[in-house]
Amino acid sequence: MKPQAIATPDAEANTAPPPAAKPDHPLRETLKIFIKNKSAAGGLILMGIILFGTIFGPMLYGVDAYEMVWMPLSPPGDGTPLGTDYIGRDIFAGILVGGRVTLTVGAISAIMTVVIGILVGALAGYFGGRVDAALMKFTEFFQVLPSLLLAMVLVTIFAPSLITIIFAIGIVGWAQVARLTRAEFMRIGNLEYVKAARAAGARDMYLMFRVILPGSLPPIIVSSALVTGASILFEAGLGYLGLGDPNTLSWGMIIGQNQNYLLDAWWTVTCPGIAIFLTVLAISLIGDGINDALNPRARKRA
Amino acid sequence: MDFYQRMTSTFWRLLEAFLLVMAVVVLNFLLIQLAPGDPVEVIVGEMGGATEELIAQLRVQYGLDRPVIEQLGIYVGKVLTGDLGYSYYFNTPVLDLLLQRVPATVILVMSALVLSVIVGTFAGALTAKRPDGMGSHLVTVISLVGYSAPVFWIGMMLIILFASIWPIFPVAGMYSIRRPDGFAYYLDIAHHLVLPAVTLATIYIAFYSRLARTSMIEVLGQDYIRTARAKGLSESKVGWKHGLRNGLIPIVTMVGLQFGQLFAGAVLVETVFNWPGLGRLAYESILRRDYPTLLGILLFSAVLVMIANALTDLAYRWIDPRIRKT
Repeated sequence: MKPQAIATPDAEANTAPPPAAKPDHPLRETLKIFIKNKSAAGGLILMGIILFGTIFGPMLYGVDAYEMVWMPLSPPGDGTPLGTDYIGRDIFAGILVGGRVTLTVGAISAIMTVVIGILVGALAGYFGGRVDAALMKFTEFFQVLPSLLLAMVLVTIFAPSLITIIFAIGIVGWAQVARLTRAEFMRIGNLEYVKAARAAGARDMYLMFRVILPGSLPPIIVSSALVTGASILFEAGLGYLGLGDPNTLSWGMIIGQNQNYLLDAWWTVTCPGIAIFLTVLAISLIGDGINDALNPRARKRA
Repeated sequence: MDFYQRMTSTFWRLLEAFLLVMAVVVLNFLLIQLAPGDPVEVIVGEMGGATEELIAQLRVQYGLDRPVIEQLGIYVGKVLTGDLGYSYYFNTPVLDLLLQRVPATVILVMSALVLSVIVGTFAGALTAKRPDGMGSHLVTVISLVGYSAPVFWIGMMLIILFASIWPIFPVAGMYSIRRPDGFAYYLDIAHHLVLPAVTLATIYIAFYSRLARTSMIEVLGQDYIRTARAKGLSESKVGWKHGLRNGLIPIVTMVGLQFGQLFAGAVLVETVFNWPGLGRLAYESILRRDYPTLLGILLFSAVLVMIANALTDLAYRWIDPRIRKT
């Protein structure tokens, strides 16, 4: 998605360590760079707060998000911290509980997207030729279909539940990851150490997942962060359209249910929206931080 | 490239596009098969019940008693002749319904696209000259916001700001209740278009400004830019003619790839603004569980994306002369 996310082969060559310094483990060095990055650290803290709020928040706050607790559409500060929705449910309690669905669905479907993308991209990039041509046509097919529309169709036909929503989001967004993985596999597949491993008699599976995959992980990890953010926005979109699991609240669903009261009660849609925004922002910041830490050339330039 | 070569390459591209559309048709058929209940049950439900004999008769009439492969053949044949089924909720053939709604979506998507490419490219190109300047950081911040906020929420915030607090734009819809005549009619539509188009453009402004910035930084470091400077061209000519034209290539590529996503964004934006396009229709058909319409929209939008991709290809050849030769 972002061109700067793709690591360049000479990336390592540009950051020769100072000769006197004791060489650090590469992972530790990456971690150090990541933590020094202010916006990445900010994203990490923000994400920590959001996770804490959604895991322990409902227990600590103690208000039932599904019950009418106050006058409908009462503004923030007038009895409840963030106001109430059109049937008098506490918005703040709704945000705390709704985050569970949004984050769970976002995370699981992102994992699914990345795994499908890696598998398709790895097979296409490793075997090349006809396998590549066929898999890339398959990928193009998914890129041509408007993903949200396909997810809407899937969820409508198979009835909205957490499983169908996760499946629908996971199945539509993997094309980008597949293209990225394929490009990395094609580049790394021709490097000396892969040729050496092949000459030493390594099998296809071993070469693909133990030799080539580790080398191509950095850009894939960066794009995983983007995919996670996109999945959360996706879930919010489905929830907003009324395609969320009807048994559980989610952030998008709160916005969708209250949209008719938008002009009279701004807080009902503004507050859950801010929650979505901050979550995706935190993930973007973390993703950018990982990108800078793994891709030293982009770090210098940006 | 000679005429013959051009014709064969165009032919292969068209064939490829056609096969992709056919794949969507087959997917649609599979989805209908997988959907709980068959069309006859839906019809019977609409009628409020029927006798066993009538149900059996309807099944024969709709070809549901034949093998699946044969049904697929019938379905493909129907789609190719423009028969996308019948919407029982809207009481209209699906194709008519779609054609009725297409113009609104095309207007919305194209204005958002033009707006985001122009604003995004200029913002990106301007900041590329000073990668560490204030403007550059501003673009980074704006693009982070554009990436992270849900598009339907941005739309709602714009409604609150510019239709309620400072009411300079209409809240929703495409026309005023009393439709003016002549030129004022188009002005009225344009007035209604501003907020939805800006909303849909937001994400892509963020995206294109970032892309344009990276691409321009890359291009401005190239040797031919140094050559252009060395031969005494003005700084603006170097930047806009030699720089931007080359920097545009990745942007055009992305416009083509992103078209499907832009369309998906339109579903949400049209729902927020009650814009009478295909996206709003998709939302309405979800509420009614109107499968024929929903699947028709999926197919139709895939075709639209394909057309957009073909146009991108043409634009590509126009910007980059090297591609014409291959």
